[in-house]
Order: sequence, then C-alpha cells, then structure tokens
Amino acid sequence: MINFAANTTYTLPILVHAAIPLTIILVYALVAIWGERKIAGFIQDRLGPMNVGGWHGWAQSIADLLKLLQKEDIVPNNASRFLYKFAPFMMFAASYAAFAVIPFSSSYIGSNINIGVFYLLAVTSLLTLSIIMAAWASNNKWSLLGGMRSAAQMVSYEVPTIATVLTVIIVAGSLNLMTITEMQAGNDTLGFLPNWLIFQNPFLIVAFIIFFISILAEAHRVPFDLPESESELVAGYQTEYSGLRWAMFMLAEYADMLLLSLLGSVLFFGGWNSPFGEFMAGPVWGFFWFMLKGLLLVFVMMWIRWTLPRYRVDQLMHICWGILIPLSFINLVLVALWEVIF
Amino acid sequence: MLYVFKEGWNTFKSIFTGMGVTIRHFFGPSVTLQYPKERMELPKGARAKLYVNIDDCIGCNLCARACPVNCIDIETVKATDDVDLGKTSTGNPKRFWLTRFNIDMAKCMYCDMCVHPCPTNCIYMVPEYEYSDVDRSNLVFHFSNLTPDMVAEVKEKAEEEAEQKKREREEMKRKKAEARKKKEEEKKKQASTKKNDKSDDDKPSTPGKKDS
Repeated sequence: MINFAANTTYTLPILVHAAIPLTIILVYALVAIWGERKIAGFIQDRLGPMNVGGWHGWAQSIADLLKLLQKEDIVPNNASRFLYKFAPFMMFAASYAAFAVIPFSSSYIGSNINIGVFYLLAVTSLLTLSIIMAAWASNNKWSLLGGMRSAAQMVSYEVPTIATVLTVIIVAGSLNLMTITEMQAGNDTLGFLPNWLIFQNPFLIVAFIIFFISILAEAHRVPFDLPESESELVAGYQTEYSGLRWAMFMLAEYADMLLLSLLGSVLFFGGWNSPFGEFMAGPVWGFFWFMLKGLLLVFVMMWIRWTLPRYRVDQLMHICWGILIPLSFINLVLVALWEVIF
Repeated sequence: MLYVFKEGWNTFKSIFTGMGVTIRHFFGPSVTLQYPKERMELPKGARAKLYVNIDDCIGCNLCARACPVNCIDIETVKATDDVDLGKTSTGNPKRFWLTRFNIDMAKCMYCDMCVHPCPTNCIYMVPEYEYSDVDRSNLVFHFSNLTPDMVAEVKEKAEEEAEQKKREREEMKRKKAEARKKKEEEKKKQASTKKNDKSDDDKPSTPGKKDS
C-alpha cells in the first residue's frame, strides 16, 4: 500500500500522487458531461451531440471547454472582487481534496487516514461555503437566493447523510474507508452474494435509499437542484460567472457527483471488491470495478435528473426534516439493535 | 402510521413508474433525422421547385398567363422559314425561339397552376428544395438554352425576315394594286372600245335577234 502522506521529503512524488485523482476527475468530467447530454438525448428520443470529433460527438465537451477558455472573464462592477474570483477555485478544491481519502484500488489511496469518512464529510461542507461565497460576492439577487437555498439545503441534508453513514460505521466499526472496503471482500452472504454491506442487513437497504436521496441533494442534482434552478433562478449562484470560472463550477459539481457516488459505492457496494469474489480481482480490476460502481450511481443520478421535476423549497425542507431525518435516526437505532442481536 | 406507509409506497411507485418510462425511451429508437446527412423522402407530388424542360417548350405562354403572381417571364421570337426547330417529344411542332424563359422562385407561391395548362407537359415541379440564397436575384432561374449571341442573331434574322416579308407584302400589294389598276384600265379601255364596237356593229352582232 502506498501512503505518501507520511513522506514529506519528496515533493515531486507527492505532486505526481496528487495528480492521479485530478486526472481521474478531469477525464471523468469530460466523459460525464458528454454522457449526460447523450443520456438526456436518448431519454428524450433525440441523439444528443453527434458531430464534434466524428464518432457520436465524443469531443463535444473538449470543444465546449475550449470555447469556455476563450470567453471573457466578467466581474460585475459591484461584486466583491477577491471573493468572486476565489469562490469557484475553492469549490473545486473542496471536492478535489475529498478525493484524498477515496480508495480507488486495493493498492492506491491518497491518504490512508483513520478518520477518512469524517474528513470527507467535513471537507465537502466547504462546498456550501464556497457557494455562499460566490452567491454573496456576485451582488446579484438571483445568486443570493440560490446561495441561501444552497445553505439551507446543505445544512439540512447533511444530517440524514451523516446519520446513514453512521449506520454503516456501526456495522463496519471503522472510519477508515480502506478498512471498510477490505471488510466487504468475499462472497459468502446467503452463499452466493458478495459480502457488500448492502446485503448484510435489511436496514442498510433503507439506509442506502436515504443516503442516495441525501447525496442527490448534496450534489445539487435534480430533483433537488434548487440552488441553481435554471428556470426560476437563472442558474442561481452561477448567474454572474462566465468562461473559465463557470467551467470550474461545472467541474466541481461533476466532481462532487462522482465523489458522493464513489462514497456510496465504498459504503454500500464494496468499493473496489469484485462482485465475483476472487475472479477478476486485483489492483487494476479493483479500479475498474470501483469506477464502474461509481459511474453506475452517477448514471442513476442522470437518469433521475431527466425523469423527475424539481421540488419546491418547502417540499425540500419537508422531505428532509419531516421524513428523512426521523427515518434515518430510527434506522440507525434499528441497525444498532440488529448488530447487538446478531 | 398507515398513512405514512401508503404515501411512501405511492411516492416510490410513481418515481419508479416515471423512471421506467424514461429508461424505455432511453433504449428506444430516436426520432432525430440528421438532416444534412439524411433526408426525409418527399411525398409524391411535392411542390418544391419549378423546372422547365426547354426542349419540349413550344413558347405558347400559357404558363405565364396562368401564373397568379407573374413569376414566369417568357420572350419568344418567331423562327425564320429557313430553320426547322423540330418537334417536341409530344409531337407538337416548335415555331418559336425561346430567347428568355425566367422563373423567379422568390415570387413563386407553389400553386402548381402553371403546370396543368402546359400542352407539352414541359413545366413541372421537381423535388429539390435546397436552393435558399442570401441574394434574391439568385432565385431567378434561367431556362433558356440560347446564348446571348444566338439570341441576337435569331432576333436579327427574325427582324430581317419580317422586314423582307413586309417588303414582299408591300411589293405584292403594289403589284396587286398595279394589276388591279391595269385591269381596271383595261376594263375601261375595253369598255370604251366595246362602246365603239357596239355603236359600230350593233346590228350585225345580234344575229339571233328577231328583226322587227
């Protein structure tokens, strides 16, 4: 196992090491933005981008990126210049930093710390901060509304997320994501199912459903995309942004989506463990399985996006405080009881 | 409590119903027609662009007269006697040079009214619809196959012939007039001589007359 965080004498290896998740995020973002447009197209009986790059418009997001790089970087007159310019980078930094504790493969993890889950949840809270920063600094009513909604939403939905993560921690007995993954190895559940946590315990299925709904809200995906609702808030906190800074927001949003999906796949679907036990296992296959699980969850997020309409703010709050939080705490108690009894 | 479960069940049921619909469309066929690469087949009798088979045109001007917006502009010159323009494929003899046959598709309203009067079926709609242009003058389609030189030559010839014919006609008129004059004069002369003759041999010239 590589653990470069302990070794601070070599700067270059650390930079190379840090570039690995960055590469994954960038490549994923290009593929995911293209994929999202394709999925949107297919669901609406269209074809999506077809021309750029030849084969089914695969280079569409690259072309979009080049276009965004050439655009003017506009700062509104009455904006708070420093915060306005800084917010998108902080947002990306927040989701990028969280990738440090994601175990991409059995032999690769950025930082194998013992409080991985805690670190991840703490760092992703910075996302809210950067969104409010962008919204407030823009000095625009739509942005501010979006930012306030985002704050309310993130603060609310972090509670059920953490409660469901806690249920997993009760079962796994560790905050270290690598350890949580390793204890899900093997294929013994009911004789044939993999030892993934979601198959361990019926209450963990409920936990996963609550977790998935909460990460939809955390990642600002439809039906919880109130902070940036295009149709009512003209993209919310992104209203005043253009060019590269807007691209950073987009990248951070997609990175956040992947991050939370990967977290879900670690906590409930065995991370880099192969679904066939020893078959197709190993570091490289591990990476493959891990990304496959993460991208499947991302696909479900996109699928939901093009199916469901957006909630109202009061409905959003009702779902969180009225249903998900009580349910997740009841579930937490039930999982704890299950663990005590069995 | 029962209400909560019922509502929860309904929520998930409706969400999964909706997601089932979208996933069916996800795997279903697309309705997109990638236009410049693929084209929809036009229905039979589509009116898209007028075309004139100039070899069959007899220059009768019926289409131009039928046109409600006057978008067909035809100029004909009568063929001289020494040229034979042949016949159309329908067997009608051609008697005119078509020095101009312009159709302004910017004016055309695709009513098809010019197509039906044509005696030789030489003007008709073709299924070609991609001729949009930024300049309106490019929408005037020229169908005459005569070069400007030929047009000038043909016109000159026709004028010459017309003049010659006019001259001939005048000559003929004059000749006719002369002939008539001559005839009249002759008649007069004859009449006078006849008078004389009559006075001379009035009696002997009537042998069958009964003497009284």
